[in-house]
Amino acid sequence: MNSVVTVVGEDRVGIISTISNVMADNMINILDISQTIMKGYFTMIMVVDISVCTKEIKEIRTILDKAGEELGVSVTIQHEQVFQAMHRI
Amino acid sequence: MLFTPFEVAETVNMFKDQHLDIRTITMGISLLDCISHDSKITRDRIYDKIMLKAGNLVSTAEKIEAEYGVPIINKRISVTPISLIAGATDDKNYVDFARTLDRAAKETGVDFLGGFSALVDKGITKGERILMDSIPEALAATDRVCSSINLGSTRYGINMNAVRDMGHIIKKTAELTKDSDGIGCAKLVVFCNAPGDNPFMAGAFHGVNEGDAVVSVGVSGPGVVKCALEGSKGEPFDVIADKIKKTSFKITRLGHMVATVASERLGVPFGILDLSLAPTPAVGDSIARIFQEMGLEQAGTHGTTAALCMLNDAVKKGGIMASTHVGGLSGAFIPVTEDEGMVEALNTGSLTIDKLEAMTCVCSVGLDMVPVPGDTPAETISAIIADEAAIGMANSKTTAVRLIPVPGKTVGEWAEFGGLLGGSPIMAVHKHSSVDFVNRGGRIPAPVHSFKN
Repeated sequence: MNSVVTVVGEDRVGIISTISNVMADNMINILDISQTIMKGYFTMIMVVDISVCTKEIKEIRTILDKAGEELGVSVTIQHEQVFQAMHRI
Repeated sequence: MLFTPFEVAETVNMFKDQHLDIRTITMGISLLDCISHDSKITRDRIYDKIMLKAGNLVSTAEKIEAEYGVPIINKRISVTPISLIAGATDDKNYVDFARTLDRAAKETGVDFLGGFSALVDKGITKGERILMDSIPEALAATDRVCSSINLGSTRYGINMNAVRDMGHIIKKTAELTKDSDGIGCAKLVVFCNAPGDNPFMAGAFHGVNEGDAVVSVGVSGPGVVKCALEGSKGEPFDVIADKIKKTSFKITRLGHMVATVASERLGVPFGILDLSLAPTPAVGDSIARIFQEMGLEQAGTHGTTAALCMLNDAVKKGGIMASTHVGGLSGAFIPVTEDEGMVEALNTGSLTIDKLEAMTCVCSVGLDMVPVPGDTPAETISAIIADEAAIGMANSKTTAVRLIPVPGKTVGEWAEFGGLLGGSPIMAVHKHSSVDFVNRGGRIPAPVHSFKN
């Protein structure tokens, strides 16, 4: 099962590394990653595979929220199908 | 990358900043197989059937919410109109049926359960009469039960006896819940052309033409529509109508996906997707603010009816293609207490009950969550219901009235209902009498265009 992780905020050292570590620690495989500047904000988008993830998605969300708070960025994780439904016919 | 950064950001912002959510997952349950001549047996069967079908509704919805990262605000149940079920018993009032429904609602953990209802657009049976008379006590004695009465339709006309009686029933309901500003009336809605597949409260019930159980989903998103129109200042209506359609399409696709997943996991067929722009009292979740984005200084000013008409139509057009079955009410709701922009319009004197009535000709429902003075005569309330029913009947659309005559309060005083129901100042109604008109009773015949055979 794939999910889309987004990170939005002020650019700084260590964002990708912190978020990637969360993924590795929980057996979440990163399938694709891109980063860009949108409306002046650092925006990172990751597509990840959570099918062998060791924790419940709820817990992952809490961990990501906490990591985001420490980095001063906003992190979200949503099912890939949400994006499929909205943007692909 | 499967999706462009713009697409991903658009979706994420809809949830994060624009209050996009699944407003409700509603399971409709038929209670027709619970009918018995014995009241206790019937109530036991009702409880057991609801628990059997909807016992895991809330936990399933919560799992979907966590897994997909999509907020699901309400989980609800609608049932076959209780008048049809309880009518077979010898009971003289149906308050105990309401209590059974309330107990099942609490045990399953749903927010509301709708279906303490009667369909009386042509005539009133014994069971329907008892149910109507039981409403005030039933709504005072329960927390989560919602009641609705359909008293008019394009096909059969308006039952003016029911219209007359509902004025008194609404007043009594308010009186029995006077300690909380007449909140019982917030759980009671009077319809013309009520749909039997509406997942929204207070008017949800499971129509008799429905299957044994269905799952329907209501999606909302006024904030998303407002945001889509930002930056469109000065653009012609063709352009903004198109933007609303595209937004509505995306929102509905999301709802359809959630509905499909919920249906699979619950093992219950998918009913309909109701795409209704339903505001909440939260800032940024308002229909009135969409009117302002369109160029009106305040909701209620001249131009509001046209703005709402365009909005309602564009929402439907965008949504219809996005789901296999769009139904329920689908369109724009214009509740007063639940929309902070409408409350502001009321405070500035821009919004009157007459303008609201005009708006109901083109919105998806009707006069919704309107607090009126506690001393409003029952006949005036009935006359307001008659006006709304006439609009619905003549235009082949659903109209509804959910008025709250707030006990002990008058025009301008604040009425508070809490949570998603919100609060607002009390609106003025006309002072001149409608007593002799309402007390005629009988039926207003169906309009000529109802004869399509």
